[in-house]
Amino acid sequence: MEKSIKKSSLSVSPNGLEKKTSSKRLEVLKTYKIYIGGQFPRTESGRFYTPVNATGKKLANVCLSSRKDFRDAVVAARSAFGKWADRAAFNRGQILYRMAEMLEGRKAQFIDELMQQDATKAKAEKEVNLAIDRLIYYAGWCDKYQQLFSTVNPVATSHFNFSVPEPMGVVSIIAPQSDSLLGLVSVIAPVIAGGNTCVVLASETKPLCSVTFAEVLNSSDLPGAVVNILTGKPSELLPWFVDHMDVNATIYCENDSTNRKMLQEKSASNLKRIVFYDTINWYSEKGESPYHIMDTQEIKTTWHPIENIAGSGGGY
Amino acid sequence: MAVARSKTIVSDFSLSPHIDQVGVEERASRFTKRSIKKESKLNGLLLTLNMIDLTTLEGKDTDGKVKQLCYKAMHPYDAIQGLPTVAAVCVYPSMVKVAKKALDGSGIKVASVATAFPSGQAPRDVKIRDTKYAVANGADEVDMVISRGKFHAGEYNFVFDEIASIKEACGEARLKVILETGELGTYDKVRRASDIAMHAGADFIKTSTGKIQPAATMPVTLVMLEAIREFYYKTGKMIGMKPAGGISKSKLALHYLVMLKETLGEDWMNNHWFRFGASSLANDVLMQIVKEKTGLYQAANYFSVD
Repeated sequence: MEKSIKKSSLSVSPNGLEKKTSSKRLEVLKTYKIYIGGQFPRTESGRFYTPVNATGKKLANVCLSSRKDFRDAVVAARSAFGKWADRAAFNRGQILYRMAEMLEGRKAQFIDELMQQDATKAKAEKEVNLAIDRLIYYAGWCDKYQQLFSTVNPVATSHFNFSVPEPMGVVSIIAPQSDSLLGLVSVIAPVIAGGNTCVVLASETKPLCSVTFAEVLNSSDLPGAVVNILTGKPSELLPWFVDHMDVNATIYCENDSTNRKMLQEKSASNLKRIVFYDTINWYSEKGESPYHIMDTQEIKTTWHPIENIAGSGGGY
Repeated sequence: MAVARSKTIVSDFSLSPHIDQVGVEERASRFTKRSIKKESKLNGLLLTLNMIDLTTLEGKDTDGKVKQLCYKAMHPYDAIQGLPTVAAVCVYPSMVKVAKKALDGSGIKVASVATAFPSGQAPRDVKIRDTKYAVANGADEVDMVISRGKFHAGEYNFVFDEIASIKEACGEARLKVILETGELGTYDKVRRASDIAMHAGADFIKTSTGKIQPAATMPVTLVMLEAIREFYYKTGKMIGMKPAGGISKSKLALHYLVMLKETLGEDWMNNHWFRFGASSLANDVLMQIVKEKTGLYQAANYFSVD
């Protein structure tokens, strides 16, 4: 009975014309959905979980993705891979820059979400700013890392022999649990800068920014399905992230020796590459590096028959 | 008397029953909601593989391409022992001889499209010669197209006579009649064309050539399956069904099997009475079979392209 509606909030003025209502507006809460193939579906499983912050406040009802969502996401990522890798490197850079622009425009929302997830205002601002800068950083690298990491190799036969980095394909990523925005951006950006597509599992305890970041991606020029973002529990999805035969590399960011061992063992099924980022402080200089692009690149070497190359008449 | 009356009804094809579009689409969508558990799913996948007419119908087809396809038909995926083969290989008449030789002794049928496939815009004597050529080269099955233009013009007798004359030209070969439902427009017309084809002597009715969009859809297939069911009740004669074009995923194929089972029943659940016309479905089915056996989701690049 205590909870019954206060009489005053519904009372009608004596003449019956003026309706007095409660001044408190019912807020419209956002539905946090996952991001697959450029769409925002709910999880196929229909499940959800409710993460809480340090003060015990419920953050939102978030999709608890299943292995079938992951499977669908991999199919989408694979179908997007060819076209994304075929884009001119410069164009990929433009698109990453556009992502930074869109993120800048929604800064306030991200700061607000980070603060809901226990960050102080100063720390939240710093994290968002750094995330934007990180996108710009990798946007710049898109058409430059190839030149740094390509080589012309001296060989004993009459061949022009050169090696160039190429994207691996579909990368599955378990994003860092802390630094839910900066960590997410820092693992996604180098992967797509290098022409890969990816399926990302966002932070389990702090998933809000990941879904909002998906909205940023969706309104950038990034083709759908290049980045797919799921929310859910790593404990449930981790084996599937590394088991899938159509995934070429897996990135894992936690320091959990049991999981690390499991990932390494399971990766043998199709010899996928496993990348561990567990010791990286994303705020430090080590959080950004062209070597992170190279983590999901393969080196392809070409032997091109040729008589003479060098001006002197010899080979390289 | 009853027989006589039913004959009067079917001879006027403009009296074919009208189809409730909303009802058919609602019913078809319900078949997609069935939960198929692990063991049934595996059996369904194996059955699907066994029902496939592996198809190549392109202007750029060569002998080599057809031989390759025939090898794939006989050896879908050798890493797993004891897999069924596909039902048939479907080619143009000019490739029948090559396919027949390549499939010799395997038990896999050779199906040939004929009658100026895919448009069907040719005089009847050309169509008959086309058919006879395919059969003489060894085709076990002939896939003909109906004259959609004549059908739209209301010349049902022309369409009927044409099918009957091709059936005659087929001799022993089984005749599949392609309605090209994407060009018919309405479910009513699909039903009418099905009735014409079945009465004219078709052994199979088939949705599409695969060259026109939309090709096979579940509602269209349901309309045709119901036509087959009614024809069976009236005459006691079983007719086969072949949806073709646009079925490239195992999941969708399983939905079709559910629809088949719930519309026509157990007797039609084999490749004598039901086929999938498809080229890329086989690989997806194989991937799902391997997934069921190993527990690992599979990647397309571990499976042969053709």
